[in-house]
Amino acid sequence: MSIVFFILAALTITGTAAAMALRNAVHCILALTLGFVGLAALYLQLGAQFVGFTQIMVYIGAVAILAVFAIMMTRSAGPHPQPAFSRTWRTGTLIAVIVFAVLAYAISHTTLAPATLPQPEVTVNQIGDTLMHQYALPLEILGLLLTAALIGAVIVAMPAKQEAPQ
Amino acid sequence: MFGSGVLKGMAETARNFLGSYVDKDRLTTVQYPEEHAPRIEASRNFPFLVYDGPDPMAGLRCVSCFICEKECPPKCIIIEKSTDKKPDAVGKPQAYPVKFNIDVSVCMSCQICVEVCPFDAIKMDVDFEQTATSRFDALLRTKQQLAKSNEYYHQIHPTEAAAVDAELAAARAKAAAPKPAPAVAAAKPATPAPTSAAMASPVATAPPTAAPPAPPTALSSRPEAACRSGETRSATTEASPTPDAPAPPAKETASE
Amino acid sequence: MTTPDTIDQIFVITKHWLLGYVPAPLQPIASAILSVLPVMGVFPLLFAITTVLERKGLGRIQNRYGPNRVGPAGFWQPAADGIKSLTKEDVVPRNADQIVHFLAPIVLVIASFIVYAVLPIGRNMVITDLNSGLLYFFAVGSMVELSVFMAGWSSHSKYSLLGAMRATAQMISYEIPLVLAAVVVIMATGSLSTVTIVNAQTGYTMGFPHWFVFTPWGFAGFILFMIAATAESNRSPFDLPEGESEIIAGYYIEYSGFKFALFFLGEYLGMFATSGLAITLFLGGWAAPFSFLTWIPSYFWFFAKLLVIIGVFIWVRGTLPRLRQDQLMGFAWKFMLPMTLLNVFVAAAWHFLPTGIIRWAVCTALLVIPFIVFSMGLKQNKKLQVRTYRFAE
Ligand code: SF4
Ligand code: SF4
Repeated sequence: MSIVFFILAALTITGTAAAMALRNAVHCILALTLGFVGLAALYLQLGAQFVGFTQIMVYIGAVAILAVFAIMMTRSAGPHPQPAFSRTWRTGTLIAVIVFAVLAYAISHTTLAPATLPQPEVTVNQIGDTLMHQYALPLEILGLLLTAALIGAVIVAMPAKQEAPQ
Repeated sequence: MFGSGVLKGMAETARNFLGSYVDKDRLTTVQYPEEHAPRIEASRNFPFLVYDGPDPMAGLRCVSCFICEKECPPKCIIIEKSTDKKPDAVGKPQAYPVKFNIDVSVCMSCQICVEVCPFDAIKMDVDFEQTATSRFDALLRTKQQLAKSNEYYHQIHPTEAAAVDAELAAARAKAAAPKPAPAVAAAKPATPAPTSAAMASPVATAPPTAAPPAPPTALSSRPEAACRSGETRSATTEASPTPDAPAPPAKETASE
Repeated sequence: MTTPDTIDQIFVITKHWLLGYVPAPLQPIASAILSVLPVMGVFPLLFAITTVLERKGLGRIQNRYGPNRVGPAGFWQPAADGIKSLTKEDVVPRNADQIVHFLAPIVLVIASFIVYAVLPIGRNMVITDLNSGLLYFFAVGSMVELSVFMAGWSSHSKYSLLGAMRATAQMISYEIPLVLAAVVVIMATGSLSTVTIVNAQTGYTMGFPHWFVFTPWGFAGFILFMIAATAESNRSPFDLPEGESEIIAGYYIEYSGFKFALFFLGEYLGMFATSGLAITLFLGGWAAPFSFLTWIPSYFWFFAKLLVIIGVFIWVRGTLPRLRQDQLMGFAWKFMLPMTLLNVFVAAAWHFLPTGIIRWAVCTALLVIPFIVFSMGLKQNKKLQVRTYRFAE
């Protein structure tokens, strides 16, 4: 664990925390984007280039833009009147702490893998090979699903047909 | 074919691009500070004061009558009249302006001052380079800056200047003549001032000047110049106090 | 090492020579700085030169002189513009979102700069050779959209918001054909690394280079890529986000002074970067166009190609009028997307067909016939129609 890791972790946590705490929808999205960038940088720091860049491309290039677009279309960009903390925030925090404790306990007591693994050299070629050979069927199914979603979106967006006069 | 229109357009612009380097006629831009577009005679920008003779201050035609100051719509002319007198363009002793200022930043180039001036003392300039480095005094043009010679007037508006000169010469001739035709003077009930007679239409001025022995220069230049004068006046200056009809308007001018 | 080689590698040699004076623990960071600084110097300089060339070129296209006053033939114009924009008052609208308004141009310029990390501008001259370099390029490029949105939204102006909406919609739509047009090259080289892609194009047959643009799919890919790149960099005829005549300057309408200049810088840097990528993908990167010209340094060829592409950009800008929004979207989804998808298939066919004239004929036919059919279909659709309007409720 290097200094870089802590900086990136702090960046990610600050970004995501701000995304929850800020009251302006656009600020939230921008803060969330900061969190995405931190996460992508963490992946890159671990040597996972493909995942890191895909994270940027998908989450910043697509998800954040989509959210931003939704905000521009609707008029909810103004500051939100609600306070940052809801009434049940104590319960929520308690649940979060318990989940974190369980996970932390599980991870620290695991015997599944040695503490340090040699960093695997995964290239994009290998990922491509695996996707196209071993996981060809899931890939195709995913593609089918997305196509269906795309067609659905087009149908939703199509102008309603004029009722024929009777 | 899809995209052929784009290619056609690209060829056209390429021809323009190369052509502008080969064929200088394509470039219509006038490179302003070094080159100037030819001046249009009818253009006008800002008034100036005309003077005759070598000395700008002594030769000013303005008699400080305040007509232009009153008529100027945005009120940008400031005149101060002198207490003493000096001979005017026609030779009659008249007051002259001690101060004659026009504010460039206020003037709207309407030419009304020119049209109302009965002495042909103020005319429109074509010089449009009226810049100054300060907003205040530098934009207030003084008598010294405004004074420009009659030769300059001839240069920028030759037709108009020739007509004005002819009228002035006629007036001068009339003033110099030793009252040879009392009949004509008696015919006019209101006895207009010599200057207003000079401004009157050629029909009104022609009989008196034709009768006496006038200076040959004035005589020789008179007929065509007078005709032109009538033309330009009626064509360009509607609000002029000098109408075309002979007798009754002369009275009007005098009463004004 | 022979002399041409030395000249070719002069920058690399200089860098290593300079690195020799740096203590060992600092070497990685010094190496990074030495690689980045020239890029950060050269491309803004190119931006300055391009602005004056563009204005002169556009002037000539319209039979004007263009700027010719500042310095010899007007070539100090960018310096004058720079001084002007630096000394101008920086106005921020009162209702603007101050922080986002301030950050937007910075994010834009940073995003535009960091894509240069994977552009090989000469033999051995690339800041980092990532093995997923193309992915990096497109990923970082997508951050530009975010900055455009930030600028448009934070200004709290109708026009800037409209401009931002147009810009993001346009960039999303054209990013797909842009990536798909680049995919054919990835298929041909089997690599996402820009350096590998250029190396795959450095060979010569009978003095002619192995650039991908000289294959049917490469040519189509290049044209499609350039169209998409024009749209991505918001240049005419796809400059709707800026549309001076409708929404004044689009998303950066509320920016003044140096921030405005930063937007311009970001836009041009983006244009250079996508042009540089087009060169890398299709025009052989830094490779010389003929084998007998290989003695000329590699970086010279890269910048020569870049200038030619910039020239074409200017030429197109001086020729074509701006598209309408629906034409823009229709063009992206009804022409660019099908053609790029088709091109992917053609590239696959090229891969599996035996080398020879047949391969050429088949692939060309596969591209040209659908294109002709398509344009005939467009002609038939060109009847005048009754316009229907849909109003927002
Ligand atoms: S041109 Fe018009 S505005 Fe100017 S000084 Fe004469 S009357 Fe006044
Ligand atoms: S109207 Fe003519 S004479 Fe009278 S003050 Fe004005 S310029 Fe002088």
